[in-house]
Amino acid sequence: MSFWEVTQELFRGFGVTLELFILTLVLALPLGLLFALGSRSRLRPLRFLVRGFVYIIRGTPLMLQLLVVTLGPGILFGTQHALTRWKCFNGNANLAYFCGALLAFVINYACYFSEIYRGGIDNIPKGQWEAGQVLGMKKSQIFFRIILLQVVKSILAPISNETVTLVKDTSLARTVSVVEVIYAADRITGHYALIWPLFYTGAFYLVFNFLVTWCFTTAEKRLSRFRLE
Amino acid sequence: MAFLEIKNFQKFFDKNTVLHDISFSIEKGEVLAIIGSSGSGKTTLLRCMNFLTLPDSGKMYVNGEKILDAETTGHLSEGELRESRLHFGLVFQQFNLFPQYTVLGNLLLAPNLYLKEVVAKLPKEERSRRLTEGTAELESKANALLTRVGLSNRAGAYPCELSGGQKQRVAIARALMMSPDILCFDEPTSALDPELTGEVLSVIRGLKSSDSTMVVVTHEMEFARNVADKVIFMANGIIEEMGTPEEIFNHPKSGLLKAFLSKALD
Ligand SMILES: Nc1ncnc2c1ncn2[C@@H]1O[C@H](COP(=O)(O)OP(=O)(O)O)[C@@H](O)[C@H]1O
Ligand SMILES: [Mg+2]
Repeated sequence: MSFWEVTQELFRGFGVTLELFILTLVLALPLGLLFALGSRSRLRPLRFLVRGFVYIIRGTPLMLQLLVVTLGPGILFGTQHALTRWKCFNGNANLAYFCGALLAFVINYACYFSEIYRGGIDNIPKGQWEAGQVLGMKKSQIFFRIILLQVVKSILAPISNETVTLVKDTSLARTVSVVEVIYAADRITGHYALIWPLFYTGAFYLVFNFLVTWCFTTAEKRLSRFRLE
Repeated sequence: MAFLEIKNFQKFFDKNTVLHDISFSIEKGEVLAIIGSSGSGKTTLLRCMNFLTLPDSGKMYVNGEKILDAETTGHLSEGELRESRLHFGLVFQQFNLFPQYTVLGNLLLAPNLYLKEVVAKLPKEERSRRLTEGTAELESKANALLTRVGLSNRAGAYPCELSGGQKQRVAIARALMMSPDILCFDEPTSALDPELTGEVLSVIRGLKSSDSTMVVVTHEMEFARNVADKVIFMANGIIEEMGTPEEIFNHPKSGLLKAFLSKALD
């Protein structure tokens, strides 16, 4: 296989990596915020439920969660590879595995993000809430108009770290049959006895993480117009 | 009928009684200064008046209307609470400006949101016209207030670019945007370097007029003596002494007040 052919094949795999990465980020960021609000809720049962869930997810390996999500339905309902039998997948195994992996990633990352958000929200001085309240603003208005952007600014660095980790973590999806870039390279290695395509995948991650980091640096610059109190 | 009347406020934190049966009243246009050593309950009183915390018992009337009754206030909806709260404004010791908004943005944020809610209740065909008019009115009001506190040239600055005295003047203008009936100040100059207190105090003095009623918690005895119409001295959660500045500063009766003044004035 030529360098060009390998590159094409790896790009196809990296497309899957990207899809998994972007969808996870887009879904886990808001879901994490929801979890964070739940874990700070005044309703005790809700607070305990969310905190317990986050504790379990953060305390167990992502690998295990991937297996539970993809194999769990089969074990529970008695059919092997049950995911592919679900109506919504129309027998499309690739899609089924991808969605299973996506679900596990979203839940896992939402839990990590929620802890970051929670710390960020707790660190905003109470006076910011009170200043909004005495001006007659509603709690939700205060949160979305005043608190949230300050939280975002204060947690940009840890979110950036998690995001870079996510780029690399997507490679775990191969364990549940998602053909992401490393799996794609591995297949070439298996078929053609070539080792270098595996190393070559590293370049994809490096370049992409360079872009991710650049995005965060840009965001940080844009938010540097103000300083937190 | 007094403009603001507070009856029998009590507040407990756990087993500590922080406010013991506080009652007083002020007339429209009056400035009330509250003095007293730290821990005497001054902040807690202001926070109760602004609904940041609720008293455990007591009632509060503004212009004859009962706006707080500790027996029932716990059951109020967020909306009803906000309406009552808007009778008051509060300027904090720590300014609490919104850092991500410019000076003008700080002034306009809350009133614009409030305007949108008011407009949403109007008939459909009037909404967009009222919104445009209202927005323009708010902007000119904001600019007028910034001129009044001497910051018309800093409208586009962010809070981090301002000095402490400027921040506090912005906070005062921001509170005035909601046109409160009674504006409260909690030690507005205590977080400032001494050379910056003057500019803030003179802005507050400049607000004194027949229709602006103010309650000022302060450690600035000169200010209390010269600007207030009425002074309350608080100690251990009670009103130890109340009177005109003349009575409080020149003829103090209570031993605690005498001790406090001799400490504060030397
Ligand atoms: N949220 C609270 N929880 C418990 N105690 C409080 C709280 N807020 C104030 N206190 C107590 O109430 C007393 C009065 O405080 P405060 O109203 O801040 O006094 P001041 O403003 O006159 O210094 C203090 O002893 C303080 O420790
Ligand atoms: Mg205080």
